Amino acid sequence: MSILINKSTKVLCQGLTGAQGSFHTEQAVDYGTQMVAGVTPGKGGSRQLNLPVYDTISQAQIDHQIDATVIYVPAAFAADAILEAIYAEIKLIVCITEGIAVLDMVKVNAVLNDSGSILIGPNCPGIITPGECKIGIMPGDIHRPGKVGIVSRSGTLTYVAVNQTTQYGMGQSTCVGIGGDPIHGLDFIDCLQMFEEDKDTDGIIMVGEIGGTAEEQAAEYIQQKVSKPVVAYIAGVTAPPGKRMGHAGAIISGGKGTAEQKYQALDRADVVTVRTPAEIGDQMSRLLKV
Amino acid sequence: MDIHEYQAKEILSECGVGIAEGGLAYSPEQAVYRAKEIGGSKWAVKAQIHSGARGKAGGIKLCKNDEEIWNAADELLGKRLVTHQTGPAGKVVYRLYVEQATDIEKELYLALVLDRDKQRVVFVTSTEGGMDIEEVAATKPEAIHKLEVEPAVGLRDFQARELAFALGIKPELISHAVHTIKGAYRAFRDFDATMVEINPMVITKDDRVLALDAKMGFDDNALFRRPRIAELRDKSQEDPRETAASDRGLSYVGLDGDIGCMINGAGLAMATMDMIKHKDGEPANFLDIGGGASPDRVAKAFKLVLDDEKVKAILVNIFAGINRCDWIAEGVVQAFEKLDVKVPVIVRLSGTNVEKGMQMLKDSGQPIITADTLAEAAEKAVAERNRVANS
Repeated sequence: MSILINKSTKVLCQGLTGAQGSFHTEQAVDYGTQMVAGVTPGKGGSRQLNLPVYDTISQAQIDHQIDATVIYVPAAFAADAILEAIYAEIKLIVCITEGIAVLDMVKVNAVLNDSGSILIGPNCPGIITPGECKIGIMPGDIHRPGKVGIVSRSGTLTYVAVNQTTQYGMGQSTCVGIGGDPIHGLDFIDCLQMFEEDKDTDGIIMVGEIGGTAEEQAAEYIQQKVSKPVVAYIAGVTAPPGKRMGHAGAIISGGKGTAEQKYQALDRADVVTVRTPAEIGDQMSRLLKV
Repeated sequence: MDIHEYQAKEILSECGVGIAEGGLAYSPEQAVYRAKEIGGSKWAVKAQIHSGARGKAGGIKLCKNDEEIWNAADELLGKRLVTHQTGPAGKVVYRLYVEQATDIEKELYLALVLDRDKQRVVFVTSTEGGMDIEEVAATKPEAIHKLEVEPAVGLRDFQARELAFALGIKPELISHAVHTIKGAYRAFRDFDATMVEINPMVITKDDRVLALDAKMGFDDNALFRRPRIAELRDKSQEDPRETAASDRGLSYVGLDGDIGCMINGAGLAMATMDMIKHKDGEPANFLDIGGGASPDRVAKAFKLVLDDEKVKAILVNIFAGINRCDWIAEGVVQAFEKLDVKVPVIVRLSGTNVEKGMQMLKDSGQPIITADTLAEAAEKAVAERNRVANS
């Protein structure tokens, strides 16, 4: 089993005719994802990768059932693309695009919070249920179907965690990259809750980084609500305050958001923490006695 | 992106926030001339650097006559000011702002920031103006008042009034204060700011509401639609290494250590820095080369790290998902062939095409040190750094 997506999830791609959209949709199709159509305004009626292209989502919805959409639209237009998907009542929206203006995301989230849609990202690698459905830019071949749920703010560190759980033979139920922006959709707590409820997830890996207080809130949530073993890693112990470390959201400001504060909160909540990403797989295998 | 005080004041003033009369000066002569233009009998000569807490660092001088202005300007121009926000390297003063001094009745604090948890723009005000807000939050939290702005509705008059009353502003000045508060919000919203801080916002003895100091920061992701703000960038206030990197589209942050880093992915870059520290080394930089990096881009990034004279060893750590290890290897080998690489280089590759990449490094005949794990790579980098430093 899995969370959010599985082998029957039907996926639309917004920005299918662009270089990124086209490249990663081809990879997704190869992986077995049920891609059904694409949207590029002005290119309706054409075909890309043997998929029909529509001008708008509502047109695509006339011909197709759409469970999820993935957005590869350039940053200046991506907030609009998310809003179009929310208005079309698409259940799961995955926005890969990096560099969306933060005040645009403030508006998007105000609408999102009153809707039935779930947003993953922006500025994220996407979501994958190994062997069933891949929505995003992660390399499919490092994943194996299995029992560890992974939720992370960082793309590459997700791959590192995936690689280790694969090498230890545990595999993954679902991996979610929630993204590196300060204002985003799905959060650690949402994913923790879903992994806790998913009967095929036995353990959870959480990868955080400096900036904000989402990890501290997650720590409290784990202590109160999560019975499954959790291994957490936080990147950025050496990051200086006031400097953005690559991700728009990875910044220590006003004395808040340091890796040390996050580790302390996790330790207080009795979450198993590791100080280097190399130990993630080892610790999880111990907890799951694999 | 940060801007100078005088630039922030110009924007705020256009949005209806009151400011004192002032002008920009690049020389002592010009500072004296500006004071004459402005008029009055007391002036503040203020160093323009991208940092707060300039007063404590000696960057703001109160002057009563031409001679004092000339001397203050002469002393400040070209000086490297160090504040708790600039880091030990400090920032050099190239511009001065000469401002008419005001008689202050009351000092207040007004700021707009993005609240990540609330996912909204939030006002933060305090009756303790002129003080560091973090200090007020720690010592006198009851003096702080916060107000969220609903994104679809915007700031309403009653909310601005609520803030003004919470600041203890007397009734006859409320409408003036509301005008100021709404102006600050407009500046934030219309220019895609990430921060507006007016500290202090003062009530003068002659009943005016003025922004005595002002700081604004802007969203880099929105600069494409704010050409006027993009033009205000002052590269003299940036770390030259960071300027060079951003001009090449690379994400780079200069640090104080001496082990250079070249990584793909922001998270992995931080994790690598942490690992270096864990092995008792100090990273010289954060550098994310991004996804799908071509050999050419890798070589460019490599040169950037190499250009930092402090660097005594370089650690390359790649987990190739979208990237390809053979491309990374090709880029590193290219850099070795084109550049004069005098420092030891440690490369750790994993992911797509790792065997091919490792073979290319081996076949190149260059003295490249390889490692299988991040821990091993960091250990080797620290050992090499120590060997270089002690030789």
